[in-house]
Amino acid sequence: MTLKSLVWNELRERPWSVVSSSIAILLGVAALVAIRHVTVHSEQEVSRQLSSLGANILILPRDASLQNYYAADRNGQTLPEEHVSEVLLAGLPGVEKVSPKLSMPAKMGGLDVTLTGILPQSEFTAQAAWQTAAMFTPNRHEGCTKASHGPSDVDGTPESLNTSRSIDSLAKDQVVLGADVAERSAFSDGDTVEMLGGKFTVLGTLSRTGTVDDSRVFAHLHTVQDLAKTGEVCSAIEIIGCCEDAAGDLVPELSKLLPNTRIVTVSQVLQTQVGVNRLMGGTSWFVLGILVVVGGASLATAMAANVRERRREIGTLMAIGATPGFVLRLFLMKALILGVVAGTVGCLLGLVTAIIAGPQWAGVAIMPLWSLSLVAIVAATGIAVAAAYFPARHAAKLDPCSCFQEV
Amino acid sequence: MIRLENVVRTYVRHGQTVTALHCKHLKIEMGEYVAVIGPSGSGKTTLLSLLGGMLSPTAGQIYLDDCSLYEQSVAVRSAIRLSRMGFVFQTFNLIPYLTALQNVQVPLSLKGDARDVQDSVATSMLCRFGLGDRLNHKPSELSVGQQQRVALARTLVNGPQIILADEPTGNLDPASREVVLKAFDDCHSEGRTILMVTHDLAAAAHAGRRLVLREGSISEQSDVISEAA
Ligand SMILES: Nc1ncnc2c1ncn2[C@@H]1O[C@H](COP(=O)(O)OP(=O)(O)OP(=O)(O)O)[C@@H](O)[C@H]1O
Ligand SMILES: [Mg+2]
Repeated sequence: MTLKSLVWNELRERPWSVVSSSIAILLGVAALVAIRHVTVHSEQEVSRQLSSLGANILILPRDASLQNYYAADRNGQTLPEEHVSEVLLAGLPGVEKVSPKLSMPAKMGGLDVTLTGILPQSEFTAQAAWQTAAMFTPNRHEGCTKASHGPSDVDGTPESLNTSRSIDSLAKDQVVLGADVAERSAFSDGDTVEMLGGKFTVLGTLSRTGTVDDSRVFAHLHTVQDLAKTGEVCSAIEIIGCCEDAAGDLVPELSKLLPNTRIVTVSQVLQTQVGVNRLMGGTSWFVLGILVVVGGASLATAMAANVRERRREIGTLMAIGATPGFVLRLFLMKALILGVVAGTVGCLLGLVTAIIAGPQWAGVAIMPLWSLSLVAIVAATGIAVAAAYFPARHAAKLDPCSCFQEV
Repeated sequence: MIRLENVVRTYVRHGQTVTALHCKHLKIEMGEYVAVIGPSGSGKTTLLSLLGGMLSPTAGQIYLDDCSLYEQSVAVRSAIRLSRMGFVFQTFNLIPYLTALQNVQVPLSLKGDARDVQDSVATSMLCRFGLGDRLNHKPSELSVGQQQRVALARTLVNGPQIILADEPTGNLDPASREVVLKAFDDCHSEGRTILMVTHDLAAAAHAGRRLVLREGSISEQSDVISEAA
């Protein structure tokens, strides 16, 4: 017989009162853990997307619909390629890189791919007017680079399409394959492929990004225009803007410059996700509040009732020789066990809920966050012990003579 | 030796003051077997509570071996009860969710005995009361007489010098009553001090000394037992 086995035996005797006294804490922890899991993963997803989205502003045809940032250029509509020139010559501060794209569905050796025409950096160098305009563009603040195109000596490989969303040079008859395409077609560097009636040599393949880019084939913009007989158009223009300008003046300035286009920013594309996150963030504080108030109050009430109905038992223990400190510990230990059990069960429940519901609520896969779960269990235990403190102290101060009273 | 000096205990309820007990001087020697008799509400339980260190007197002093009981802290009085006193109740007061064995282990556990010591000591104590085959029964699974025997085992397991019993035979059938009185006789012959509150005059006859309580005042009346009852 120990203090702990005394508590355990009492708990085992009344399983339903155990459940009813700690159900609020259990559900509170479950809700909190579920919401925090989804929120954290959703936030990670947003920041992952933000960092992987090289361009933070997209210029699209006016009526383009927009469900997916990566696929935004595949909606069949086009806009004139000369917008690229207009943007560069306008010398807007904050524009760091401009890259037009024209995407076409195509077949490559029986495989459905998206053929995306891009303009290699070498094309920009060739345009003297663009270089001059860039030179006279004012810099607004430190950290912003001027619109700078042209071969960079750091990123000379096709892989730079993934890292900086640009490529230094791409001949008119060369293609770069996305990871999926490369894998499924089994073409590799140096092979010859045929698309839209043109012959291309594979310059290289890209590593996997987990985006729609994996199923693209990149070719020279002008080649794609020629083969598809579209004229000098593109389906989207990506602009890498300086962070602050992209968020501020750049979008209205671009809208003024190109009134017949639709200008969207990454944050707009991610707005639903950000909105979900904000809602979840707010909700989790609300749930935490409920957990503390309702969970704590219901446990405190149940504990007070428990102390009341065990008055004679407490008196008897004191008559036998238990100190008030022992009685205090008896009830605090009970609260501790309730808190740990309710916290753990609630945590598991929340985890399961998050894993099942996460993909539906926020479109993210959920991995258990152990530190968060541990914090939730510790918090539940803390709340339970704190809530039980006053009833427990009341028990410790009970008159031991109640051992003589009839029930 | 237990000594009461000018002890008064009053209760104030709803503006009315009730003097439950007043006693100029009372001395109980160690090893005495004392029966306390008196009508209901005369202050018998109040006297036991005062002696047990659980109810502080409104005035006066209670000495246990010349040490003033209520000048000690609550924790020290708990320790004194644990090591030197044992209570027996009319309603047994077993802890309902513990088995017979666990109930008897409680005082040992409070004293800090190891698990195996608790097991062997409590088991042999229950066997002494003929409950060797009821170790794992809950109080609700035991007869009334068996419950009181478990309670006795719990009282005696720490070897108390002083036994304070409040109508220990009040709820019992004649056979169980005999078991309790026999146990007290044994304790007395072992040199323990017994203070037994009872309405049962035949039980009181087991005691070497009888105190009569009437409206809170104590008198030593070995000759007028029948009248007091
Ligand atoms: N907690 C209390 N509050 C107020 N009055 C009390 C309290 N406890 C006892 N009394 C009063 O003190 C007096 C003595 O009570 P006590 O319980 O000692 O009597 P008793 O002799 O044990 O009676 P019984 O034989 O019925 O058990 C009674 O008048 C009772 O009403
Ligand atoms: Mg009484």
